[in-house]
Amino acid sequence: MAGYFLELISGAQSLIAGFGVTLRALLSPVVTVQYPREKCPVGKGYRGHPHLIVEDETGRPKCIACGSCMRQCPSQCFTVKGEKKEGDKRKYPTVFQLDFSRCSLCGTCRDICPVAAIEYCDLYGIAGFTREEFHYDLLADLPGRAETGVNPAAQEEKQLAGDI
Amino acid sequence: MEPIINIPVEILRPLLAAAVAIGFVFANATVMGYLERKLAGHFQRRLGPMEVGFHGILQMPVDGIKLIGKQLIAPDNVAGALYYLAPLIALAPVSLPFIVIPFSPGLQAIDMDIGLIFILAMISFNTIAVFLAGWSSNNNYSMIGAMRSVAQNISYEIPILLSLLAIALMTNSFSMRQIVESQRGYWFIMLQPLAFVIFFISALAETNRAPFDLPEAESELTAGFHTEYSGITFSLFMIAEYTYMFLNCSIATAVFLGGWKGIPLPFGEYTGCIWFFAKAYFLMFVIIWCRWTFPRVRFDQLMNFSWKYMIPFSLVNLCLTAIGVKLWQAIF
Repeated sequence: MAGYFLELISGAQSLIAGFGVTLRALLSPVVTVQYPREKCPVGKGYRGHPHLIVEDETGRPKCIACGSCMRQCPSQCFTVKGEKKEGDKRKYPTVFQLDFSRCSLCGTCRDICPVAAIEYCDLYGIAGFTREEFHYDLLADLPGRAETGVNPAAQEEKQLAGDI
Repeated sequence: MEPIINIPVEILRPLLAAAVAIGFVFANATVMGYLERKLAGHFQRRLGPMEVGFHGILQMPVDGIKLIGKQLIAPDNVAGALYYLAPLIALAPVSLPFIVIPFSPGLQAIDMDIGLIFILAMISFNTIAVFLAGWSSNNNYSMIGAMRSVAQNISYEIPILLSLLAIALMTNSFSMRQIVESQRGYWFIMLQPLAFVIFFISALAETNRAPFDLPEAESELTAGFHTEYSGITFSLFMIAEYTYMFLNCSIATAVFLGGWKGIPLPFGEYTGCIWFFAKAYFLMFVIIWCRWTFPRVRFDQLMNFSWKYMIPFSLVNLCLTAIGVKLWQAIF
């Protein structure tokens, strides 16, 4: 007989405790991320496509157009040309193209660069309809990146998301 | 101005009430469907419907249109007319109890002497509909769900009636209006907390809500009695279920929570219904809260709980109430 009431009391206690648990969940903030509209920050160590780093003082690429990346790349992704113009102290790249459709994100270019001018960007969710859409002109993207540190394509995506 | 047709007010009132009630049945199902999905989301720290309209507010109308647009597929060898009759029997009686529910002093279609019994009788129709649906579907799972529903409803009808009988002993009346009016300065939940708890738990079981949703256990019975129903026939069952929820909550509100009584508002004759709806929908919230808190009980647990706990406790409560009422009369 004692067990009968004991079971009732302990059962009721656990039910009320359960109510507390769910009420706390109801009142705590939502953890859902509305993905296409809002995005999580990219984790440390994420490998987006390689991009050029900008010199802070001049706003021009750090790259000295030595061509190491072009030579070392196992998939021949890069096309680099450079020249030393009148008044410049060093060579600057005039052409710096990346064929991302062949890139395996191995990081050799980044490691080999003597002036640490190549770094992974944090762009993700890249999609396209043709091969040519993955042929990036990294120099053309540079001005946008100088301000934000990310690829302008990603910037554009964020603006689009803001409009929805 | 002379009225064009002279309809006696005794006929007009219930007719008008029935029309409003039918509208309310569908509105209630829409709102509750939305709230349930939204609350289900937030209980799990999700967002719930977000896409259709502002915060998904148009989700339920859109779902309704979708369900109406769907083809009605009847499997082979269903029991013809009965198969199509079942959802109608589920929905048809739900608007009747509204005519005796006292939303506020001025908003009650008819005050029957047997109002409480009338509501309970109409609510019990649900069992027939569920059983008919399960039996006529020619499907094993539906049949099991229907059998469970009947066993469950019979077991839980008893504590419902016994707990409400305790109130009837105190008020000396089954009239809903009189029950509400006799709660002067206090609510019956203060005098009869046990009866309220018993009634509320039994109401959960009566309306086939979690944790007593065995007749429609998705994981075991693939939705139970309404497995074979598609489109609008399915949604008729769901609308009926939400309405039965509301009816049970409004009984609890009228009988235990003082009905329309609360902080007095201007035009209390009619605005009392604000308190009524606030209380009823709070109870609905608790029902949804239960659903997302407790796991489904096993069938033997369900039966044990009713026969070993609910019925003895409500009988003891009834006896104590009877003695209390007699003593009260003897003393005062």
